Amino acid sequence: MARLLILGGGIAGQTAALHARKKLGHQHEVIVVTPNSKWNWIPSNIWVGVGMMKTEDVTFDLAPVYKKSGITYLQAKALSINPEGEGSSSTPFVTIEYTSPEKKGVTEKVKYDYLINSTGPKLNFDATKGLGPEKNSYSVCTPSHATEANHHLQESIQRMKKGEKQTLLVGTGHGSCTCQGAAFEYIFNVEYLLRKENVRDKANVLWISNENELGDFGMGGMHIKRGGYITHSRVFTESLYAERGIDWITQAHPKEVEKTQLSYETLDGEEKTVSYDFAMLLPPFSGVGLKAYNKVGEDITPTLFAPSGFMKVDADYTPKTYEQWSPKDWPETYQSPVYKNIFAVGIAFAPPHAISKPTVNPNGIPIFPTPPRTGMPSGVMARQVAFNIADMINGKADEPTRKASLARMGAACIASAGANMLNGTAVSMTMYPIIPDFEKYPEAGRDLHYTTGEIGLAGHWIKFLLHYAFIYKAKANPFWRVVPE
Amino acid sequence: MIVRNPFGQNYYAAVPTKLTRSLRVNLIWQLFRFLVINIKMLRMVRKH
Repeated sequence: MARLLILGGGIAGQTAALHARKKLGHQHEVIVVTPNSKWNWIPSNIWVGVGMMKTEDVTFDLAPVYKKSGITYLQAKALSINPEGEGSSSTPFVTIEYTSPEKKGVTEKVKYDYLINSTGPKLNFDATKGLGPEKNSYSVCTPSHATEANHHLQESIQRMKKGEKQTLLVGTGHGSCTCQGAAFEYIFNVEYLLRKENVRDKANVLWISNENELGDFGMGGMHIKRGGYITHSRVFTESLYAERGIDWITQAHPKEVEKTQLSYETLDGEEKTVSYDFAMLLPPFSGVGLKAYNKVGEDITPTLFAPSGFMKVDADYTPKTYEQWSPKDWPETYQSPVYKNIFAVGIAFAPPHAISKPTVNPNGIPIFPTPPRTGMPSGVMARQVAFNIADMINGKADEPTRKASLARMGAACIASAGANMLNGTAVSMTMYPIIPDFEKYPEAGRDLHYTTGEIGLAGHWIKFLLHYAFIYKAKANPFWRVVPE
Repeated sequence: MIVRNPFGQNYYAAVPTKLTRSLRVNLIWQLFRFLVINIKMLRMVRKH
């Protein structure tokens, strides 16, 4: 009997758990450790943030799903990993602390044969003074954050209905943020809501981000064929902002968020401020702070984890300049180079470097997006890792055989720009590969046949359909495997 | 109606024509695009 332990029950963790359970016989055990009692379809949190959906529309209880799937569920957070065991025992284990009401605060050592780290990010609001829902800005990273953001957005709308002018600031709250796409979706859903409520003329809607230009999205943007030209995503992104009357600030590193004012530094090194009445600013991400210890109890955290707290895998972490970057730097199997029974997927793995070209301002502050690794790619890498581990447990392979490099993987992304079945819109994007390969595709770094983008109502229909399809899949309902990652 | 401020941010941006904007929410055209986008996405899924 073998035991697979999965840390985290988000999109990557849930995907890995369901696929592994399907591939492994019931003599083997699959355990999921997650501090949450509910699963959350995070992409739809933006709709909670504008009042179109409620928390219960984007979440469901995990316990019944794991029970019917034959997966052991421990509602707890992981504290540390002992990959070599402890003392005279060489069986590796993870120390967890329960978060469930019945066992809150109780710690336990959970042994494993294989470990998948899919803990996702820590929302690092502390990186910027005054940032976050407990301080001076709002967020849509969790359903409760999004609910709170909507509450304050509605207050702003009520003020506008009374004739007050309001400035709504949306974007990223630090120079190293990722997930610009989520903030992008939020600002356009807010703008749509303002038009629906007939208060658009009372609102100054403003974007702020650490992107070098609009349309970067942490991937250096993308080039598409359109109207006889090869154009950068900056062109259609700026077009959408101009069409909707949204001004933008880019190349910005927010330094302090006050009640109604944001101080930020630009890539030129200038210090500026912007005033607002409502601010939704995403935090930067870091690892969740897992520690690691060797057999004699020495701290080996730097062996397993990068300084950012994300887990090192089979990537090339040699420091390189942008010109030296290669698609081969990116991991293929997500296996720890030191402990071969440990894997990290989704946001939890440490990327070798950014995708967008790094830029530093004269004061030495890096201002560029870190690479996104959520959604579809996260699910694909989780599935491949689950299959590899199942093969190794079942004796079909001695090492991982399936690969899921972002440099040879495509992605489809639907970014909502107004939610309505008759007059809503969304940006539908596909790209291949995610990591640009300028040797193979010298023209634009990506295959222009597979890299596309368009805006329209169809995108909203797809986004809406995906909401239900992915929740259906995550609930492990019949034929869940038909829904692709 | 887009107000273009000379030398402002949106002055240089490409903006959609009335036809483009109407096609974006035209049910028949969007039904067709729905099929096309889904095929594109499925092709992408099949690549890995």
